[in-house]
Amino acid sequence: MTLGLINANPVVHAKKERIARTDYPHADHAVDPLDIYDFVRDIRDPEHPYSLEQLSVLSEESITVDDKLGLILITFTPTVQHCSMATVIGLCLRVKLKHYFPPHYKVDIKVSPGSHADEESVNKQLNDKERVAAALENPNLRQLVDECLYSNEL
Amino acid sequence: MAKPTELTRHIESHVNSSATTADQAASLDAIGFLVKTDALTIESLVKELEMYLTTTDDIVRARGILLLSEVLTRIESKPLSSVTIHSLVEFFKDRLADWKALRGSLVGCLALIRRKGVVGMVTGSDAKSIAQSFLEYLQVQSLGQYDRKLCFELLDCLLQCYFDVVAPLGEHLIYGICEAIDAEKDPDCLMLAFHIVESLGQLNPDPSGLLASFAKDLFDILEAYFPIHFTHPTGGDTPVQIHDLSRALMSAFSAIPLFEPFVIPLLLEKLSSSLPSAQIESLRYLRSCSSKYGAEKIGKYARTIWFSLKNIISAYLGEPDFSFTSAPVYGIGFPENEFVVEALSLLQLLIEQNSSLLVSLIIDDEDFNIIFNIVAPYEKYDSIPVHEQKKLHAVGRILYVTAKTSISSCNAVFQSLFSRIMDNLGFSVSNIDCSANGDIFPSQGVKFGFLYLCIELLAGCMELIAVSKKPAPQYVLEHEKCCTILHNFSTPLFNAFVSVLAVSSDARSHDPDIYIGVKGLQILAMFCLDGFPISISMFTNILKKFMSIIMEDFNKTMLWEAALKALFHIGSSVHKFHESEKAMSYSSLVVEKFVELLSLDDINLPFTLKLEALSVIGMTGTKNMLTVLQGLAGALFGNLSEVHRNLKSLETSVQLLQCYSCKLLPWIHENGCSEDFVVQFAVDIWSQAENCMDFSTPFEGKGLLDAMMKVMKLSVASCSVESQNTIMQKANSVLSSNSNFQLNELDRLSLTPGKYDIPLGDEWILSLFASVVIAVSPKTCIPNIRGLLHLFMKTLLKGVIPVAQALGSMINKLLSKSNDAEISSDLTLEEALDVIFNTKIWFSSTDLLQRCNGTSNGREIVLTDLCLGISNDRSLQINALCGLSWIGKGLLQRGHEKIKDVTMIFLQCLISGSKSVLPLVQDSLESTEEQDLDPSVMKCAADAFRIFMSDSEVCLNKKFHAIVRPLYKQRFFSSMMPIFLQLITKSLSSSSRSSLYRAFAHVVSDTPLIVIRSEAKKLIPVLLDCLSMLTEDIQDGDILYGLLLVLSGILTDKNGREAVTENAHIIINCLIKLMDYPHKMLVRETAIQCLVAMSELPHVRIYPLRTQVLGAISMALDDKKRAVRHEAVKCRQAWASFASRSLRF
Repeated sequence: MTLGLINANPVVHAKKERIARTDYPHADHAVDPLDIYDFVRDIRDPEHPYSLEQLSVLSEESITVDDKLGLILITFTPTVQHCSMATVIGLCLRVKLKHYFPPHYKVDIKVSPGSHADEESVNKQLNDKERVAAALENPNLRQLVDECLYSNEL
Repeated sequence: MAKPTELTRHIESHVNSSATTADQAASLDAIGFLVKTDALTIESLVKELEMYLTTTDDIVRARGILLLSEVLTRIESKPLSSVTIHSLVEFFKDRLADWKALRGSLVGCLALIRRKGVVGMVTGSDAKSIAQSFLEYLQVQSLGQYDRKLCFELLDCLLQCYFDVVAPLGEHLIYGICEAIDAEKDPDCLMLAFHIVESLGQLNPDPSGLLASFAKDLFDILEAYFPIHFTHPTGGDTPVQIHDLSRALMSAFSAIPLFEPFVIPLLLEKLSSSLPSAQIESLRYLRSCSSKYGAEKIGKYARTIWFSLKNIISAYLGEPDFSFTSAPVYGIGFPENEFVVEALSLLQLLIEQNSSLLVSLIIDDEDFNIIFNIVAPYEKYDSIPVHEQKKLHAVGRILYVTAKTSISSCNAVFQSLFSRIMDNLGFSVSNIDCSANGDIFPSQGVKFGFLYLCIELLAGCMELIAVSKKPAPQYVLEHEKCCTILHNFSTPLFNAFVSVLAVSSDARSHDPDIYIGVKGLQILAMFCLDGFPISISMFTNILKKFMSIIMEDFNKTMLWEAALKALFHIGSSVHKFHESEKAMSYSSLVVEKFVELLSLDDINLPFTLKLEALSVIGMTGTKNMLTVLQGLAGALFGNLSEVHRNLKSLETSVQLLQCYSCKLLPWIHENGCSEDFVVQFAVDIWSQAENCMDFSTPFEGKGLLDAMMKVMKLSVASCSVESQNTIMQKANSVLSSNSNFQLNELDRLSLTPGKYDIPLGDEWILSLFASVVIAVSPKTCIPNIRGLLHLFMKTLLKGVIPVAQALGSMINKLLSKSNDAEISSDLTLEEALDVIFNTKIWFSSTDLLQRCNGTSNGREIVLTDLCLGISNDRSLQINALCGLSWIGKGLLQRGHEKIKDVTMIFLQCLISGSKSVLPLVQDSLESTEEQDLDPSVMKCAADAFRIFMSDSEVCLNKKFHAIVRPLYKQRFFSSMMPIFLQLITKSLSSSSRSSLYRAFAHVVSDTPLIVIRSEAKKLIPVLLDCLSMLTEDIQDGDILYGLLLVLSGILTDKNGREAVTENAHIIINCLIKLMDYPHKMLVRETAIQCLVAMSELPHVRIYPLRTQVLGAISMALDDKKRAVRHEAVKCRQAWASFASRSLRF
């Protein structure tokens, strides 16, 4: 296990208020970034009892959706450059979206450019089907992911 | 005398520390009861206790003393001799030194001190000795929480009841109190401590007295608590809340004027802190202290307080609301803000206390000069920079409060500032005269900022005059400076406001310029004295201006609505303050003008707007309403006589009627106006009814008929019984004068088969009559009721629905024979039912009857047979069924048993085609069983159950005086359910089964959920079949949804759980099917919510279904509606979590 925390003292931001959507009968019901953001904002950080939203790892603007082509792109920003948790965060995002979106969506998860020391390899790892599957086979990793997804420490 | 053994046992069980608390309490109660009922004297109790009171064992001694004191607490209202009290006091006061057994002595002292005079109270010297030993022995802060609380209570009681005797203790006492409350932290104790300080202050009002030398020390102790910071969770053990504590501390602060040199600087310091809670607390405390300390003491700080207030107001004041919908009658509306409200009320208090000082501070304030210079160049609100707007608003609010506080402050502010504002606007006292001559103000030169300040000042001044209960007599006000100034400037002000309106555009939804212009004129018109300070001619000018806006500027929606609203406020205030002269000109210039407008066609104002204006103006007061109503009636009847020739007057009549029923009638009803007009109006409609109902095509006049029926129903329903009789008589005379309805010979009239259409005019007269019958109360007399019944029966078969509803209402309201009450109508319920169900209806030809049973002669049939389809005429059968359903509803609501027979008829229609199980219909079965019934007939029969169970808007409701038996729906449900369940299992043909399901669904979805839940077990299988049957037809979406809600009601209930668990498998299958019901989003959403509820069932039962559910949900995740997707996500989480490996943290 790691000795000490990677980012011992992260900056915590305020939570944005959730907007209750008023659904007009003729409103546009296509999937939009806010839909996705609402799902993933509450994922807990692997290290701290704060949500990804609070740590500003994610924002609504960092998510793009193309409903017609079924593409979802999430770009997240690790709190520190050398964050080894980046892959865990990405894994959490992937697992959550896999559960809550129909399989025909193609989900791309990336760290935002310049935010990570090892950007390329992290991106590669996160979007490699085999490696994701392998990672989820690992019971320790799986437990960590589930803790992040279903934690009610927040 | 109680037996000593018994007493000893009680005492022992109380003193025994190993006994349970309940035992101890029980023994205490027993001893208390003995003493209370004189079975035991207190002296003998003490003797009995002697050993326990004096033993050297601390624990036993403590329990013993506590026992004695608890007993004393219980007999507070029992008289005791002074000797006894004295010796008890001696005992307890000495025991105060015994710190190991302190609780008992504290409770005992407290119980003694609290005794009231008549039952023997502690003498002064005894009280003093208690106080002395309290001060001598007790180290309050070293005690536990409950003991501290007792100490504080004791101190509080001593101060309250025995202040005269403890006061001589002087410094010793106050020092003791300081020591006791120092560093207290418990909220309960603090409440008491604050109260003790407050009492000290109230009991030592002398500024040079005892407290003088201790004020600083006391304050040092209290200071630490301000502002109260207390985040104890609400609820829990301590009911003390933060605002209780805050209020107690505030009373303590304000009770001692000697605190002034310390408190006010502290509060001022906190006022400028950055913590909002501290700021708001400071404002509240300052207000409380200011009112208690008095003008003189606070005067010193006025300047500092004023600066802080100004800052707070400008910091927190929001954007004003320039819209007329939510505006207050006086002044300008601002969003409610705690800080601003507190600050302004503090300011008002300060002005009341030190009027001249504060006013001069305000007037000479530099910010005011600056703002005057800043706003000078701007002519429109929007051109003023935003931060300057904020300053302007703050200055305006301050002026408003200053003006409304008192006459003197109002005078002062008018004298100095109003004149300055006027100067800036371009009127000076010197040129008033020339502008009064009617020179129109140059339209380009109005400076918005000054007008805004004007409005605030005027609003304040008006509120000052209007809010004082009765307006001061005119001659008094004439001497007031503010009024004379206003009087002098009224003409230029009027011109200024008018010119603002002239240049304003109507581009935006809310326009400050329009708001200011209209509001200004409105305020000028509303100064509530006849003729002063605003003259009557000025008042009429204002009204004329508004009227011209109403007539000409209807394209500028915002301006138009604002003007109308202003006219409404003016009218209401004129009415409220009984200003006779103004009322006259208002009535002639506004009300009558609007009435005139109705009949004028050459004015461009659209008719809907005319009507809106008319109804709004009517609502200003009862007198105006009457004028408006008369005008409306005139216009309506004028138009009604024209309806045949002129399509436009038809439309106009409909609009007039709608306006009457939707806006004016409710107002009349709410405001308790006399109903004379309503009755006369209804009668007049009847007089006109015949002429105007002669349309050649049905579609032209349908709207008119509907509007008339609505007016008729509502008017009748809101009247008293006598008035209803009047209307009923008029209606009846019109009906009977019509040669087409010969009421007396009616039963000889025959129906011609196949030709059921009646002349349109007749149908309408009948429908209108029906609407009267629907709305009358049960006590109203319906003339010639027997003839009417026959007439209604006939027309019912011709498919006139309102008649069927009227018949249902009649049946619902008729008095029963068994009733002792005097029978006002000439027919009882039983007779009426006899007429309905046994009258033979004549047909002019026998062709219609394919078959008939032996008893009939072939040309006459009763209603029930028609319903069962004895004739081969489908439309006749449907009409009969539809009519019968309304009659049935009437019966059902009053709880009459005849409803059973009626229901059987409908059931018979539903099940024909399969073997009947009902005895009633056995005999007629042979004739019908060969043929399957027409689907439309079956649908009609099923819909009858919807009519039975649903609450109708048009008839048979509380508004129309229907008799509604409590729980009739529940009764009907429980009598119908066994029958339905039996029939459904036995029915063979698919069509009758689906009709039965439909009828069942109607009954179930309108029954209160609580009954359904108790029957859940039996219902669920049928319910599920029903749901899957209803998915086949798109038109059944609503009923499907209703039924699904019933299912979800069962699912969420504890009682329903068991039944649900048994059927989990089929319920889930059914819900999964509903999850992709394409026609209604709500159905899909509710189905998924039901699935979530299902996931709470025992896991053993639902685990096998998990994969199936999860598979189905993944489809719903791709739903085209967002709400469904959201529910699907929740559902997925619920179903995935209970079985996955993942842990829940």
